[in-house]
Amino acid sequence: MSDFAVWGMIIALGVLTYLIRFSFVGLLRGRELPPLVMSALRYVPTAILPALVAPMVVLDRAGGWGSARDMAAAAVVILAGAVTRSALWAIVAGFGSWHLLRLAGV
Amino acid sequence: MVEMLDDTAGPPAGRSRGTGPSRKGVLAGFWAALPMLIAVIPFGLIFGAVAREAGLDVLETMAFTVIVVAGAAQLVALQMLDEHAPVIVAVLAGAAVNLRMAMYSAAIAPHWRGASTAFRVVGAYFLHDQSFGLTAQRHARDPDEPLADRLGFFLGVGTLTVSFWMGSSLVGAVLGARLPEGWGLGFAVPVCFLAIAAPMIRGAGHLAAAVTGVLVALAASGLPWNLGVMLAAVAGITAGVVVERRTGG
Repeated sequence: MSDFAVWGMIIALGVLTYLIRFSFVGLLRGRELPPLVMSALRYVPTAILPALVAPMVVLDRAGGWGSARDMAAAAVVILAGAVTRSALWAIVAGFGSWHLLRLAGV
Repeated sequence: MVEMLDDTAGPPAGRSRGTGPSRKGVLAGFWAALPMLIAVIPFGLIFGAVAREAGLDVLETMAFTVIVVAGAAQLVALQMLDEHAPVIVAVLAGAAVNLRMAMYSAAIAPHWRGASTAFRVVGAYFLHDQSFGLTAQRHARDPDEPLADRLGFFLGVGTLTVSFWMGSSLVGAVLGARLPEGWGLGFAVPVCFLAIAAPMIRGAGHLAAAVTGVLVALAASGLPWNLGVMLAAVAGITAGVVVERRTGG
């Protein structure tokens, strides 16, 4: 890829991301948007984050099934996160089970 | 005019100066953020290594990390450029991933009432998953914490996690593909994303958003430029809002 593409992407994404972060704390100073918009924003992380990783974990690059170890450990992350309500414990449980499965030869 | 609206809840001193962070708060933030580094460091290493593999040099990789400061979006945009998507598509996809930060910004704004403009400008740079998550937890536990300590806590979490994010990206970029596969770094990306999302799945709306998003992403994974993920996000958000309206929240 060209230098122009890379730097264009970096700067454009940087500016957009900063504006997103600054939106309510700076530009709007805490004013609220219509309830429908606020409600939609609330579902952005739960809709997009699992959707981003699902193809990485469940499928391989050729379109077949992904690794059983990744899938099992991903299920552990979700379960641990849902039960403990803590991102940290979810990460510890996920990496822990991934390495245990690796040692077990899965 | 408009500023007077939220000034009613702020300190009587007025907005012209505003409150800044306290040292005590910053130290508390450092301490609280320490365990987060377990997740931040592998994620940074991964990003650095992946960026080099995609053809960025060390300077570009670090500019990316310092200017954007959003690992998930950086990885998504990078993957798209690698698949020869147009720059505008890569930028929009990365920005879509970062839209969740608008929600963080909205949620944290009431807690920053009375904060100085300088703090808002600098603080926005440090607003990400960890700084938001830890700060939200702390507000819930101790709603009466003085503003200066609260702002300090946020800044402490933000600066510590962001500096380790940058440092580990640099190490990843320099070492590149020499990082051993047995460490499971490739799995760090899914782990981080799922670990952020799973604790947020509370109630039927969130469950519907997550399940719909995953199913659409899998079904549409053959589309070019990761457009399947965009489609999945729109479908998942719609499902969440619809279910919320049906079940009354």
